[in-house]
Amino acid sequence: MGNVLIFVEHAEGHVRTASLPAVTFGKQAASHHGGQLYLLLVGANVKSAAAEAAQLGAAGVLTVEDAGLGHYLAETYAPLVARVAKDKGATLVGGTATNLGKDLLPRVTALLDAGMASDVSAVLGAKQFKRPMQAGNVLTQIEVLTDVVVASVRQTEFAPAQPGGAAAPIEAVPAGALDAKGAAFVSLSTTKSERPELTDAKVVVSGGRGMREGANFKPLEEIADLLGGAMGASRAACDAGMVPNDLQVGQTGKVVAPQLYIAVAISGAIQHLAGMKGSKVIVAINKDPEAPIFQVADYGLVGTWEKSLPELKAEIEKRKAEQR
Amino acid sequence: MKILTTLKRIPDPEQKLKFKGSGPSQTLDLSGANWVPNQFDEYAVEAALRLTENASAGNARLGEVIVASIGPKDVSQQLRAALAMGADRAILVDGKDEDLDAEMVARTIVALVQREKPDLLLMGKLAADSEDNQAGQLAAAYLGWPQATFAATIEAVEGGKALHVSREVDNGVETKRVALPAVVTVDLRIILPQAVKNGTTKPDFAYAEGPRYASLKGIMAAKKKPIEETTMQALGVQSKLRVKTTALEAPPPRKAGIKVGSVAELVDKLKNEAKVL
Ligand SMILES: Cc1cc2nc3c(=O)[nH]c(=O)nc-3n(C[C@H](O)[C@H](O)[C@H](O)COP(=O)(O)OP(=O)(O)OC[C@H]3O[C@@H](n4cnc5c(N)ncnc54)[C@H](O)[C@@H]3O)c2cc1C
Ligand SMILES: Nc1ncnc2c1ncn2[C@@H]1O[C@H](COP(=O)(O)O)[C@@H](O)[C@H]1O
Repeated sequence: MGNVLIFVEHAEGHVRTASLPAVTFGKQAASHHGGQLYLLLVGANVKSAAAEAAQLGAAGVLTVEDAGLGHYLAETYAPLVARVAKDKGATLVGGTATNLGKDLLPRVTALLDAGMASDVSAVLGAKQFKRPMQAGNVLTQIEVLTDVVVASVRQTEFAPAQPGGAAAPIEAVPAGALDAKGAAFVSLSTTKSERPELTDAKVVVSGGRGMREGANFKPLEEIADLLGGAMGASRAACDAGMVPNDLQVGQTGKVVAPQLYIAVAISGAIQHLAGMKGSKVIVAINKDPEAPIFQVADYGLVGTWEKSLPELKAEIEKRKAEQR
Repeated sequence: MKILTTLKRIPDPEQKLKFKGSGPSQTLDLSGANWVPNQFDEYAVEAALRLTENASAGNARLGEVIVASIGPKDVSQQLRAALAMGADRAILVDGKDEDLDAEMVARTIVALVQREKPDLLLMGKLAADSEDNQAGQLAAAYLGWPQATFAATIEAVEGGKALHVSREVDNGVETKRVALPAVVTVDLRIILPQAVKNGTTKPDFAYAEGPRYASLKGIMAAKKKPIEETTMQALGVQSKLRVKTTALEAPPPRKAGIKVGSVAELVDKLKNEAKVL
């Protein structure tokens, strides 16, 4: 019998949408652990995000606020998560497998002397989980053998928790002395975009090496905007500097599972497929009829992007006009 | 600088996986597997070499690179390849994948760190087969060292006492300082031409992209370099398995798709058949 503690990320006063599936995971896990679900927010200024988190159906929200926690550092955050987990009698600690979660949670695992399940795609029991490995080509069932379990959660495999119901109590926990162990935040360069976040967009339009240069992504962007979608890319397109690296979809980039994934001039290497195979409908546009991407595509169009994209844009615009 | 790097051998990701047995006893059939170094670890070796050589002066060595692997005897092949790239020596800790988890790997690496006392533990961010993405972070916590995971660039600063590591995070690129000794795990872009700056190689020097090929000279030299064989027991590692695989299966295949003849047909299908427009 133990409680469940979920680490919730926030930015600019809001809970990050990436964390919502982890809350859903937390509810499922709590039913197996027989205890309560708690959410934890850490930062320099967490009040408004904590109020949002309180709407998500947990038994309580815990906050650790300190000016020294304004920038995330695994070194300062991990001991706090571990301490709160112990204080709350948590037998499961989790969070979404974002870059931050992947950096933080193993460090928490070590501090709790726990075992960790990475990238969980389903809950089978208190300590039993499903997870993909080998670039998504194997689904495994694993069992964590320690008393306390840490889990990172695959964002695309759990529905985002919805606000509603009574607000949970919010409890502030003191930060205590922080020890960054020689680590320090230096700088962050963010790429601001008006488009939805890649990891929770309903439509993702991705370009690959065959786009040849960044300027050629323009028609892809226009189609993404027409469909209210996000932009993605292959590693090759990112490495070539055509688009920012945080657009990379795949084993080493982001895992996406939109309603519609459009892959243009992408060959379909296994490492790319690992990041988008879970999409509901996959469209591939490629000039090479033998490109492996066609093996996973629901609808494949053999042709060049130069010819296809203007047509696609016009066709979508036409249908949109008809709808009105 | 003295660097300990780690290297896991994995089945070639380009090879189709085979399963054997059925139902709950189904496992992977790796008997015909072509074993290759985990790419991220190859990248870590490349980054370690870049940190410990003066590329502007004929790659004169400025430090030591040790490569360690936990695996069966055959891993000496992959270790020898890392030595041929230029690493100085290797350590092979006997172990079988089935008997290992990230925890035991981390504990073993920590034992090696305590023995070798490197300035930097440089690892891949992920073993591309089991995909735990844990070992580096666990080791950093056990050592009480700072960590910089998913490194896209590494720059030696403060006269070599610390590193600035740029990391690809969820919404951009973060630069983090870590005082040495530290743990750094590398991401893909660490092998781009100017990703590693060691403070000695001229800052505008550009490497060829990718992990370096072993030269003939390197291959010859590697034959004489030592590969120490040891065991977890000899290193005093007492960990037990914490995460056990109880079953595995291939994911359900995707329904076969179709080729469409025109953009108009595509949009029509998306709207009326798939209903996603
Ligand atoms: C450890 C590791 C991790 C990796 N992680 C990732 C990852 O996370 N994500 C990822 O994407 N990759 C990843 N990769 C790289 C991956 O293996 C491939 O190299 C990469 O995905 C290829 O990108 P691409 O499909 O854009 O390029 P290519 O494979 O070069 O394909 C380009 C395609 O464009 C088509 N094309 C060319 N011109 C046109 C045109 N005018 N019109 C239409 N089509 C055209 C070609 O037919 C071809 O199919 C990883 C690799 C390694 C080793
Ligand atoms: N058996 C092993 N031998 C040596 N290094 C390993 C082994 N397993 C994992 N590692 C290292 O730990 C990193 C992360 O692995 P993982 O946590 O398993 O994804 C890898 O990139 C390797 O550098």
